[in-house]
Amino acid sequence: MYDFAYHKPTSIADAVKLLSADPDARPISGGQTLLPALKHRLNKPSALIDLSGIAELRGIRREGDKLVIGALAKHEEVANSAEVKAAIPALATLAGTIGDTQVRNRGTIGGSVSNNDPAADYPAAVLALDATIVTDKRRIAADDFFQGMFTTALEPGELLVAVEFPIPEKAGYAKMRNPASRYVMAGAFVAKTKSGVRVAINGAGPGVFRQAEMEKALAASWSPDAVAGIKQDPEGLNGDIHGSAEYRAHLVTVMAKRAVAAAG
Amino acid sequence: MNVVTPFEGIGASVKRKEDLRFLSGRGQYTDDINRPGQAYAYILRSPHAHAKITSIDTAAAAAMPGVLAVFTGADTAALGSIPCGWQIHNKDGSPMAEPRHPMLAEGKVRHVGDQVAVVIAESRAQAKDAAEAIAVEYEVLPAAATMEAAQAPGAPQVHEGVAGNICYDWHIGDKAVNDAAFAAAAKVVTFETTNNRLVPNAMEPRAAIGEYDATTGDYTLYTTSQNPHVIRLLMGAFVLQIPESKLRVVAPDVGGGFGSKIYHYAEEAIVTWAAGKLGRPVKWTAERTESFMSDAHGRDHVTKCSLALDANGKFLGLRVHTQANMGAYLSTFAPCVPTYLYATLLAGVYTTPTIYCEVKAVFTNTVPVDAYRGAGRPEATYLLERLVDIAAAETGIDRIEIRRRNFIPNDAFPYQTPVALQYDSGDYTATLDAALKAADWAGFEGRRAEAAKRGKLRGIGCSTYLEACGIAPSAVVGSLGARAGLYEVGTIRVHPTGSVTVLTGAHSHGQGHETTFAQLVADRLGVSVAQVDVVHGDTAKVPFGMGTYGSRSLAVGGSAMVKAMDKIVAKGKKIAAHLMEASVEDIEFERGTFRVAGTDRTKSLAEISLAAYVPHNYPIEELEPGLEETAFYDPKNFTYPGGCHIAEVEIDPDTGHVQVVNFTAVDDVGRVINPMIVEGQVQGGVAQGIGQALLENCVYDASGQLLSGSMADYCLPRAEDLPAVGVATHTTLCTHNPLGVKGCGEVGAIGSPPAVMNAVVDALKSYGVRHIEMPATPPKIWGIIHAARPAMAAE
Ligand SMILES: Cc1cc2nc3c(=O)[nH]c(=O)nc-3n(C[C@H](O)[C@H](O)[C@H](O)COP(=O)(O)OP(=O)(O)OC[C@H]3O[C@@H](n4cnc5c(N)ncnc54)[C@H](O)[C@@H]3O)c2cc1C
Repeated sequence: MYDFAYHKPTSIADAVKLLSADPDARPISGGQTLLPALKHRLNKPSALIDLSGIAELRGIRREGDKLVIGALAKHEEVANSAEVKAAIPALATLAGTIGDTQVRNRGTIGGSVSNNDPAADYPAAVLALDATIVTDKRRIAADDFFQGMFTTALEPGELLVAVEFPIPEKAGYAKMRNPASRYVMAGAFVAKTKSGVRVAINGAGPGVFRQAEMEKALAASWSPDAVAGIKQDPEGLNGDIHGSAEYRAHLVTVMAKRAVAAAG
Repeated sequence: MNVVTPFEGIGASVKRKEDLRFLSGRGQYTDDINRPGQAYAYILRSPHAHAKITSIDTAAAAAMPGVLAVFTGADTAALGSIPCGWQIHNKDGSPMAEPRHPMLAEGKVRHVGDQVAVVIAESRAQAKDAAEAIAVEYEVLPAAATMEAAQAPGAPQVHEGVAGNICYDWHIGDKAVNDAAFAAAAKVVTFETTNNRLVPNAMEPRAAIGEYDATTGDYTLYTTSQNPHVIRLLMGAFVLQIPESKLRVVAPDVGGGFGSKIYHYAEEAIVTWAAGKLGRPVKWTAERTESFMSDAHGRDHVTKCSLALDANGKFLGLRVHTQANMGAYLSTFAPCVPTYLYATLLAGVYTTPTIYCEVKAVFTNTVPVDAYRGAGRPEATYLLERLVDIAAAETGIDRIEIRRRNFIPNDAFPYQTPVALQYDSGDYTATLDAALKAADWAGFEGRRAEAAKRGKLRGIGCSTYLEACGIAPSAVVGSLGARAGLYEVGTIRVHPTGSVTVLTGAHSHGQGHETTFAQLVADRLGVSVAQVDVVHGDTAKVPFGMGTYGSRSLAVGGSAMVKAMDKIVAKGKKIAAHLMEASVEDIEFERGTFRVAGTDRTKSLAEISLAAYVPHNYPIEELEPGLEETAFYDPKNFTYPGGCHIAEVEIDPDTGHVQVVNFTAVDDVGRVINPMIVEGQVQGGVAQGIGQALLENCVYDASGQLLSGSMADYCLPRAEDLPAVGVATHTTLCTHNPLGVKGCGEVGAIGSPPAVMNAVVDALKSYGVRHIEMPATPPKIWGIIHAARPAMAAE
């Protein structure tokens, strides 16, 4: 790890001020992605702005037909939240399968969504549930937020404050883990929402993406069989020592089927 | 043997004495040790698999804050080569190629992770910062990343002067006799396979601290080693030229080794030498990423083999051709692993009358490969047990039946194999039968049908394995190329008031020696386990030793303790005779009590030891005071554990994921001292065997970059990957050591991989699968199912 300055502001305004004053400063939430990168010297921020003291970023609450989850909500909190379990049980289930106990007790939804690791879990839920990303400056629709591998619509110094999930009629999630890292090898989050059926695929490609053909099929008939025959095009998917693009494409169909079954 | 104690002696599942400190985080590992004035070393490693170093500029690094010194190969070129402990000879009798293995690269790097320079600074962070300021210019060369690439025409030359990158081309067996057997065969089954390359991954990364005392000229090395005396010998005599009397090596608590901590590594020599140069202790601790690229890897064989059978399924002959990857340099034991620890095991538990095996060892631009839990025997077992299953399938003989037909019968011991070893004891039918029963082999088809209803493909497989351990008779291994003896040393020190300290040359790095060895003493001398302290891992305390590997600690180290206890008892009898005014011949000894035969006159061990240390009433003319004895024990033969492992798997045909749902191990490890510890050793070995079969794979790309260089890409088994492993033992005693013990440290890793793979192939038999390579990963299985499906649908 290289040397860096450390700040722990207690308000969003102070955090944003610190970030805008220093373009090489980085926010840190749970540190489950950033700290390993620092330890491997892959990253050299001048300062870390620790968000964990900002009360405004905390909390999980129901607001009408929306579930609002503060950026600092830990995976373990989401997994065990009565509000989440009642409103979007698939989201609680998803959070409970991220990494391991230690990771879930440190890692946050804000960190995960801002980071947009193609093999992360949350982005699939955010995209499939048509969530809105609330930042210190603006509101961003999920469809506009994720912009490919480790890239989002967030501007430098912009803070993710909360994620607003419209409550769906039904939702389900299934994934195949990479056997070594246990991150997602291929996953599918399916949701029947007010804005229609949405299917988000994570792990398989260079970023989370929507599967239009499956959305169409499920809109016509909400059942595992509806997606069973739909083949994902392997073109552009990830291939590595853990599996070819063809294998991942195959898994997309299997996981979509299982996600629909899980949604009921 | 003495009377078996019902309580803490031989056969009792005494809880491990060492666990209080291990489980409460109070172990003292090398990295926990900090010496006054300690500086820190950081090693700059090669990012290239193969490159010429055209220049190194260390000036900027040397000027960085806190930096005490920067050394490169130019500074250490006059020192010795990291030595190899075993010399193999080629078919023509010439010795193997043994190129120099420098502490720090000398003009060329040969694998990703090769040591290029070392920075020593006041802090670890400063050393690491400075290492980034070292300017190294490389001329990158094409790499020989695989054995195939290393042997291709015009292949890159890993070492100058090593033709074709061949370290040796060795063979064993009578080729003419073997050819004749094949010519007469009714059936020949052939098979080709790769034994996957593994990264050992001990929980504790390697670490070393060198220290030098200028007032005495004494060096001390604290290191994560399985054999401190061996390190003292190799490093002191061959690399740094420090006499034994001036070099102390301490291997304190060590967090797992699995073989990877046997070897003498460059970092040990670097910190010891640098400590002398700087006059300050120097500490180095590996980061996990460094472990992946600098700890010796395991396995990595490519083999073609054929089995000749008669019309009844009797094995007539076995022919094997193996290529074994040595990596870029010869690690301490590397050359003997694919030869004397592998080819000599190819008879397995079968009466195959002729075996011919050729082994080519190949240098590549990869991390050195050496012994990893099982070392050679898992490779032989995997080959043989897969081959037997394939032979069963192709002859139509049931896979259990074909084994029974070829087992070495119980009345054939001692049994001379055609590949040098002579087995002393075993009962392969008994372990097979016990395992079949425990695993409910007979009821398997019902479970297969039930799984099919759930959409799962279920399979069952067994392996009837044998291994040779308890290494080894010094004269035998010497004649085979070992450059050391392989005896063990034990000292029994009975203190004045009767407690006991045991000094052993064996080293415990997770095996529970402090408990098992104490039980040996408790059983014999009648003291409680709590009164026995086992000391190991320090050349300043323990007279000598060869360390722990090859499941030798109890068979060899334990036998040395027995010999030392024999001497204690013999001396004690003389003291007892004096005190009780009887003749020595009339003194009997049983578990701590000396008795005049046929009387109620007794003396306890504590009374005898007190008399020995306070010799007021003592036969001082004939006997020295004190009660401490040392014995060196050189085994007469290897020991031969064996048994049967049965795995049951379920495959999800949609994803290709294989889950081991049942695992049964019935092992003959000889006499069992502590059943709980044996069970733990077997379970740990089975976990690693399942890891090799299903999950673990070390992968290099064509340029020699290590693709599986971290836990995120190298898949170690986790709890959810493992079933509850049922462990049972069936004992036949070793006939040539005083305890009748064989060894249990490696059986789990040796017997399990083929059992799992036989089960996987069985699960997929409806797809016409003949063989699947390890590891049987989901995409591999899915590929097989996917390729077969259209064909099946067409049927
Ligand atoms: C062993 C291990 C296993 C894991 N397995 C999984 C898994 O299976 N699935 C999965 O999805 N994830 C997994 N993770 C990642 C984990 O979920 C992380 O918690 C998550 O990726 C990042 O959250 P964090 O709070 O730790 O973010 P940090 O590491 O603190 O930050 C991550 C990035 O986001 C930025 N950032 C953080 N908070 C904000 C904010 N509020 N606004 C703007 N930018 C911000 C940081 O600057 C940084 O660039 C794993 C991690 C580990 C260490």
